[in-house]
Amino acid sequence: MKETIIPIGPFHPLLEEPELFTLKVDGDTVIDVDVRIGWNHRGIEKLSQGLTWDQVPFLIERICGICSTSHPYACVLAMEEICDIEAPPRAQYIRPVVAELERIHSHLLWLGLAGHFIGYNTVFMWAWKYRELTLDSLEQLTGNRNHYAMFKAGGVRRDFSQKAMDFTMKAMDETEKATKMFLGAVLDDPVMHKRLKGVGVLTYEDAIQYSAVGPTSRPSGVDHDARRDDPFDAYGISHDKGVWKAIVLQDGDVFAKAACRILEILESIKIIRWCIENIPDGEIDAGVKEIPAGEGCGHYEAPRGEVFHYMRSDGSNFPIRHKVRAPTYNNLPTYKATCPGAHIADVALITASIDPCYCCTERVGVVDKLGTKHILTQDDLTKLSVKKTNEIRRKLGKTTYDPYAKMI
Amino acid sequence: MSLGLSGLKKSIWVYHVACSPCNNCDIEILDLLTPRFDVERFGIVLVGSVRHADALLVTGMVNRQVKPRLQELYLQAAKPCVVFAIGSCAVSGNFFRRSYNMAGPVDRAIKEVDPNAIIVYVPGCPPKPEAMISGVVKAIGFLDNLKAKK
Repeated sequence: MKETIIPIGPFHPLLEEPELFTLKVDGDTVIDVDVRIGWNHRGIEKLSQGLTWDQVPFLIERICGICSTSHPYACVLAMEEICDIEAPPRAQYIRPVVAELERIHSHLLWLGLAGHFIGYNTVFMWAWKYRELTLDSLEQLTGNRNHYAMFKAGGVRRDFSQKAMDFTMKAMDETEKATKMFLGAVLDDPVMHKRLKGVGVLTYEDAIQYSAVGPTSRPSGVDHDARRDDPFDAYGISHDKGVWKAIVLQDGDVFAKAACRILEILESIKIIRWCIENIPDGEIDAGVKEIPAGEGCGHYEAPRGEVFHYMRSDGSNFPIRHKVRAPTYNNLPTYKATCPGAHIADVALITASIDPCYCCTERVGVVDKLGTKHILTQDDLTKLSVKKTNEIRRKLGKTTYDPYAKMI
Repeated sequence: MSLGLSGLKKSIWVYHVACSPCNNCDIEILDLLTPRFDVERFGIVLVGSVRHADALLVTGMVNRQVKPRLQELYLQAAKPCVVFAIGSCAVSGNFFRRSYNMAGPVDRAIKEVDPNAIIVYVPGCPPKPEAMISGVVKAIGFLDNLKAKK
C-alpha cells in the first residue's frame, strides 16, 4: 500500500499552542494522525514561581488570549482554597459576567472560522461583526478588549459601573438576536447537514477514553460541566434556580459540536442577564493580605473545556509550585479517534472542531514515499474543503459559491 | 530601491508570523480584516506565503525553537520588507523576558540576519486594532521619508 505522510505545522498562526500534525494518508483518506506539541513553550509555570501572589494572575492571563478569564479564574479559586475564604457577594456576580462574555466571544470566533473553512465567508464576517459587540461590552466593563486584569485572590480589581451594565444588557439583546439567526442558518441549512453531519465523529467511549473536556466531549454525550458539578460563585445559585443548563448532545460529529457551541452562547447570555439583574451591592474585595502555607486546586469551565490549576504555598509571597492544565491538551489526542477514515478535505474542519483557533495560513508539505514533495498551503486545504461544499450544493440543486474564484 | 519602496507602500500585503504568542494579538490582527475595521479598504491583505508578502506581522515572544524559523522566514521574504513587531511580547518580551526559553525580542532576532531591517514597533497588550492601523500609517510615512532621501 502506498502511504503518504502530510505534516501540518509546526507553524499554526492563531493556535493556542503551535503544534505539528503528521497525517498518514492513503489516497484521499486519512489513516493515522500524530500530534507533537511544545512549540509555544514560554516557561509560564516556572515564571509564575518567581512572581508574588498578586502578580501571578497577570501572568496567568497571558497563557491564552482567548481564555484570558478562565485561567485567572481557576488560579484565584486555587489561591482562595489555600486561604479558605470566599469572594464577597458582589465579586461573585462580577466574575461570571466577565467569564461568560469571554465564552460568547470565543464561541463566535470559532463559529466564524468554522464558516470560513467550509466556504461560508459570510458566516465568518457576520460572526466577527457581532463579536465586536461583546468586545465593546468587555471594554466598557473592564477597560480592555482582551486581557481584562479583573481577577485577584479574594475578589476582583474593578467594580462595574451602572452605565456599563446597561450597555452590556443592550449588547446582549443584539447578540441574542444574531445568535438565533446563526442557529437557524446552521441547523436548518440542508448543505450544512450534508457537509457536517457524520464528519469527525467522536463516540462517547472515545470521549471518555481520551479524557476529552468541554464542547469537545459534551456533544458526544458526556454530561460534565465544571461550573455545574463543582459550583462556585454565582454559578451554583443560578443553576439551581434553573437560569441555565449544561448543553449535552449525542451525535459527537462536527455538526453537534457547532450546535453545542451556538446553544452555549444562548445559555451564557442568560447567565449574564441574571447576574446583572441580581447583582448585590457591597464590597468587591475580601482584602487577602497573605497566603498561608498549604495547597489548593481550582478548576473552571473555559470555552474549550475544563481548565485546572494547582498551587502550593509555603507561606512566603511566592507560590512554590504552580501546575496548569489547559483543555486543549486533553482535546488534542481525540484526533486519533476522529481523523482516521476522514477525507483530507475534512481535516481542516475536524482539527478546527475542537477549537484550537485554527485559521490563518500555515504550510502543509506533502511527502510521499518516493521522496517527491508537494507543498499544500492552508489556502489549498480550505479550497479542497470549499470544493466539497460546492459539490454538495450542486447535488442539492443550489447555486455554487466560490470565494476564491475571483482571487485567482 | 526607490522603485521597490514606492511599490511597497501602495498596497501592503502582510504575512502573519506567530512566534509564541498568547493568541491575543493574533485575533486582533484577524479582527482587522472583519467588518468593523476592514483594512482591505487600504489594500492590506493577509497572504498565505511569505514570498508574496511586503510586511511581516510578528507577534509573541521569540523562543529558542522559533528563532531560527523566524530568521529563515525573514530571509525568504522579498526585500524591501517591513517587520511589524506587534504587542509587548514582540517589542520587549513583556512578562516573558525572564523566561529561560526567551531568545530575545523580535528586533534583535531579525537584526542578527539583517542589520538594516526596517522594524516598526506596535506596543500594547494586546494593541488595539486602531493602534495597528496607526502603526501601518506611520510605517508608510517612514518609507516616504526614506524615498525622499534616496
